[in-house]
Amino acid sequence: MTKNLLKKKPLNKDILVKLDKNEIEEIISKYPSNRKSSAVLPLLHLVQKKAGGWLPVHEMERVANILEMSYMRVFEIASFYTMFNIQPVGKYLLQVCKTTPCWLRGADDIQKCIKDNLDLDNGKTSKDGIFTLMEVECLGACVNAPILQINDDYYEDLDYKSTKDLLDKLKKKH
Amino acid sequence: MLKEKDKIFTNIYGFKENNISGAIKRGDWNNTKKIISLGHETIIEKIKSSGLRGRGGAGFSTGLKWSFMPKIVTDRPHYLVVNADESEPGTCKDRDIIRNEPHKLLEGCLIAGFAMQAHSCYIYIRGEFANEAKILQRAIDEAYDKNLLGNNAAKTGWKFNIYLHRGAGAYICGEETALLESLEGKKGQPRLKPPFPAGVGLYGCPTTVNNVESIAVVPTILRRGENWFNSLGKQNNTGTKLFCISGHVNNPCNVEEVMGISLRELIDKHAGGVKGGWNNLKAVIPGGSSTPLLPKAICDNIEMDFDSLKAVGTGLGTAGVIVMDQTTDIVESITRLSHFYKHESCGQCTPCREGTGWMWRMMKKISSGQAKIKDIDHLLELTKQVEGHTICALGDAAAWPIQGLFKHFRKDIEIKLSKNKIAAE
Repeated sequence: MTKNLLKKKPLNKDILVKLDKNEIEEIISKYPSNRKSSAVLPLLHLVQKKAGGWLPVHEMERVANILEMSYMRVFEIASFYTMFNIQPVGKYLLQVCKTTPCWLRGADDIQKCIKDNLDLDNGKTSKDGIFTLMEVECLGACVNAPILQINDDYYEDLDYKSTKDLLDKLKKKH
Repeated sequence: MLKEKDKIFTNIYGFKENNISGAIKRGDWNNTKKIISLGHETIIEKIKSSGLRGRGGAGFSTGLKWSFMPKIVTDRPHYLVVNADESEPGTCKDRDIIRNEPHKLLEGCLIAGFAMQAHSCYIYIRGEFANEAKILQRAIDEAYDKNLLGNNAAKTGWKFNIYLHRGAGAYICGEETALLESLEGKKGQPRLKPPFPAGVGLYGCPTTVNNVESIAVVPTILRRGENWFNSLGKQNNTGTKLFCISGHVNNPCNVEEVMGISLRELIDKHAGGVKGGWNNLKAVIPGGSSTPLLPKAICDNIEMDFDSLKAVGTGLGTAGVIVMDQTTDIVESITRLSHFYKHESCGQCTPCREGTGWMWRMMKKISSGQAKIKDIDHLLELTKQVEGHTICALGDAAAWPIQGLFKHFRKDIEIKLSKNKIAAE
């Protein structure tokens, strides 16, 4: 898989997601003009959001072009930071916190509920491409444990039943 | 117990508005110009004498840290960087400051930035806090609209800009030099110190990195006077602190309390007590996952401040109190922390990269009951090999919880392991 990611392809403008030029300029303007590469995290966030939750190679190449960085530097960043997905994920990215404060308050029940209802294991995407499950480390909302993060949103103080209700609601949308 | 009138964060639960008009009603941005007119040196001196110690975990004097910045600005601009990359397990105080009291943080940035002669400030917020970042960005926009930030910030004549920068899910970026690397658009791997950031920081310029809470309390300290802050808490451990109480309590919560409050009072008064009563307590991790745990016997009489906790071999850290009752499989709970450190090691230093995985595998072996008793000594030896042999403190932080576990619960674990052995035979 890595081999494919490293292969450089000519940029095909048709498959790139649409980005607002002003928005990019605004992001880059936050940093000194000779320090454009500081904008790499915000730009990758922006592109990932528009590209359906993950970063295809051509999008990373495009970010490299905008910031005048080498592609390898951008790829290195995308693979270092856990929030960047270099493989496709489902429409709903379910992230279950499994660190001690959440575990003490029943994170295992949340995971069991997801397994029972969606038959998903860690790192897997459902066949219809709607749900992806990831076990993650501390989400930083420990007094509201256990937490399930779905895309950008935190769902707090969950138990088996409330997780099931939540999943049912999401399933109904499709 | 902290009196209502002495609370700094009056909207920490978000019951009132978090926008600028709500914040101004609560006293934020109230005559900021007067504070700024004290001058650079006086502000630093006042913060020094207030006794404020950094709220991000290390507990270093905030005023002293500020005083390390060069007094004269050369061609290299000064930077203030706020560390909002809150990811220490058990800690969630900065999130509530950002969500509910964003203007306290922004006003603090202006004052701290002015004191250190910085014109730019970056707030590095953890990537997962997407909604919190939106709230903070809205607050920044509001402050610009009211001319509280910008070329003549709050009519002080000082140019001050605040930029919000989102991280992307790396615990290590909470380490100040890794944070600076990340902000420069690189992998978040810590730098060797010295040089310290006050000399060579962001983009090679003098930089100070402070925790959200340390900055957010500054305006109130200067408004009410350093002596007021100094009079709260204990000597060398002054003022108030946000505690995050999680785990096996009836009502997990964030709460502002005086430094040096007793752990029992903190849990009983604010978190509704331990599940099943105080006698059902097994152990407490007092200051976020990196600090060694305390068994009930010590919890009975411990006070929550930097020096008291240090005296019993642990630390106040970020004041993330994780409570575990008698039903807890204590080995498993520490194993999960070991997994956390294995996952978050940046891979730069070999002892940490290899050691954290090794420690986790041995903890798993002990947790599943398949280990031999001598494995415990191997594991403890291993923690000593990692501790102190890495660039940053992540290696230490991975070693301490394990050392704490065996310091207090070794006998129980040995009994459990030998029982398993007999059963297997």
